[in-house]
Amino acid sequence: MTTSSQTSRLTDRICAANKAGRKALIPFLPGGFPDRESFWTHLAALDAGGADIIEVGVPFSDPCADGPVVEKASIQALEMGTTLKWLLEGLRERAGQYQAELVLMGYLNPFLQYGFEKLADDAVAAGVSGFIIPDLPLDEDAPYRAILQGRGMSLVPLVGLNTDLERMQAYAAVSTGYVYVVSVLGTTGARESFPAELADALARARKAFDLPIALGFGIKEPAQLAVFGDTIDAVIFGSALITHVREKGSVDAFMARWA
Amino acid sequence: MKKGYFGDFGGQFVAELLIPPLRELEHALKTIVPSPEFQAEFTALLKDYVGRKSPLTLCPSLSKELGFNLWLKREDLNHTGSHKINNTLGQALLTKYMGKPALLTETGAGMNGVATATAARALDLDCIVFMGATDVARQSHNVRRMQLLGAEIVPVQNGTKTLKDAINEALRYWIAEQRTHHYCFGTAAGPHPFPTLVREFQAVVGREAREQMLEKTGELPYAVVACVGGGSNAIGAFHAFVPDAGVRLIGVEAAGTGEKGCFNSAPLNLGSPGVLHGQMTMLLQDDDGQILPSHSVAAGLDYPGVGPEHAHLHASGRATYGTVNDAQALNAFMRLTRAEGIMPALESSHAVAWVLENRDQIPRGANVIVNLSGRGDKDMDIIEESLGSLLGQQGSKG
Repeated sequence: MTTSSQTSRLTDRICAANKAGRKALIPFLPGGFPDRESFWTHLAALDAGGADIIEVGVPFSDPCADGPVVEKASIQALEMGTTLKWLLEGLRERAGQYQAELVLMGYLNPFLQYGFEKLADDAVAAGVSGFIIPDLPLDEDAPYRAILQGRGMSLVPLVGLNTDLERMQAYAAVSTGYVYVVSVLGTTGARESFPAELADALARARKAFDLPIALGFGIKEPAQLAVFGDTIDAVIFGSALITHVREKGSVDAFMARWA
Repeated sequence: MKKGYFGDFGGQFVAELLIPPLRELEHALKTIVPSPEFQAEFTALLKDYVGRKSPLTLCPSLSKELGFNLWLKREDLNHTGSHKINNTLGQALLTKYMGKPALLTETGAGMNGVATATAARALDLDCIVFMGATDVARQSHNVRRMQLLGAEIVPVQNGTKTLKDAINEALRYWIAEQRTHHYCFGTAAGPHPFPTLVREFQAVVGREAREQMLEKTGELPYAVVACVGGGSNAIGAFHAFVPDAGVRLIGVEAAGTGEKGCFNSAPLNLGSPGVLHGQMTMLLQDDDGQILPSHSVAAGLDYPGVGPEHAHLHASGRATYGTVNDAQALNAFMRLTRAEGIMPALESSHAVAWVLENRDQIPRGANVIVNLSGRGDKDMDIIEESLGSLLGQQGSKG
């Protein structure tokens, strides 16, 4: 691995799924959604249902890279009293209970106000393997990446249809874990089809990164994946899962479709 | 200094998908904006379309009462009635040079929306405006103006349904439509290079005022005072004076009702550092880093953040920032209207009010410039509602 001296648990987990002949499954669920108690039930069900990595959302009042489904779920979680502190404490109490690796996904400001070093320490204690921070691009991420990687965690990069090879290579030089390829020029949310340029973006990502490629944004059902073949290693789904939970569907049933 | 920073503030805290259009804009700011062709065309638009330069008006009646000279930089006399047009024409012209056919923008009170829709017409661009649903309802006059100008209005139903949510939605739309649309950011805030770009187009205000003051009095002013929401009129007024160490730069934030713990729009005085809308700046937020709702009687100041250059000028002490509450602003509106026959926007009334409330700090005979960033007729409904009783009291004295 050229990207880091340490082996990331996130990388290992995706590679293990691929060796078993399947794409790694990465569900996203906002912390405290749909309410604080049900969240823990759903998290356990995602884990039992075969998730390889679970991205736990840290709700923010102004999630400007997310579509309406995630935004509404985030606001609902905030109204239910979700805080980063509550989430980290809950995870720490349950540390070791989950088969899946855990990643915290959230906007920078709540992390900053918590205190980033303290956040990193508490995240390690809570069993977290990495972070995704959608409003922290490469140009700004160095001090934060150093704090996370210094504690053996990853800062997962997001790249998209308009990220050129050079930029992907710059991310690749410093990143660990996996690379999150955003499938559309847009925000999160289920879509019927993918743009034609996606194949090129995936090819650039494969060339730039030694890390596994996870595809996210707009994915709602397994049938959508057939077209991608070996160009992706993992699949991320958020809005579709949130909508399923909102409609009182069971997480077990949702995960069974993907297994 | 790190790219796009003013001291510790600024930066580019955006989704990776917005980095390419921001890079494109940085390049345009460096190469197109300084070019003689662009500057000539922009200057001509400011002169012949906006009506610049705007006058520097002495207030004879209030000056006599205050014991020092109160001058107004008359941005209210610009086409569309505020300073906003300086920026929107600059960005619309830049959009033409960049070869994009459309503008998108956000608006709170609707002044930036109207100014952007106007610039779009002047330069034959399409225009889409994001506006919080609450603001759409309370600023219906400006909504109609934008519609008459051919802009598409998108009411934003998310979050608090005000300016900050309109900016969130505009940023989302820009991710998807970046190839055809330029985001005509309405104030000197947001991710780099917007704070610098908007200042560049608003700096004409301070440049003119400095020249006019020297011409009329032979000296630099004692102070330059401007209201601060996002802070574009203030940074425009301040910029030419920053190197003049003797000139006091005074920004005025909105304190809301002024009651302890009330919602306000004063992040420099009452907030703390954080990241919102692509920038590290001073914010109104709770202990968990969630953004708090803001409030001001002046819708154009109603924003929980502030442009990063103001955060820096505040931290470095080069500028100072006071607060004025709703009642003081409404009082200043009436004082200026009755004393001078000039009806200021409620935003600008905050700057006037700071001078009235702090008259004891200003030496006799000093020259003080207030940037009168906009005209007040847009605020008639709010003023009639809020000043109903006050109008009755002052009517007899008028």
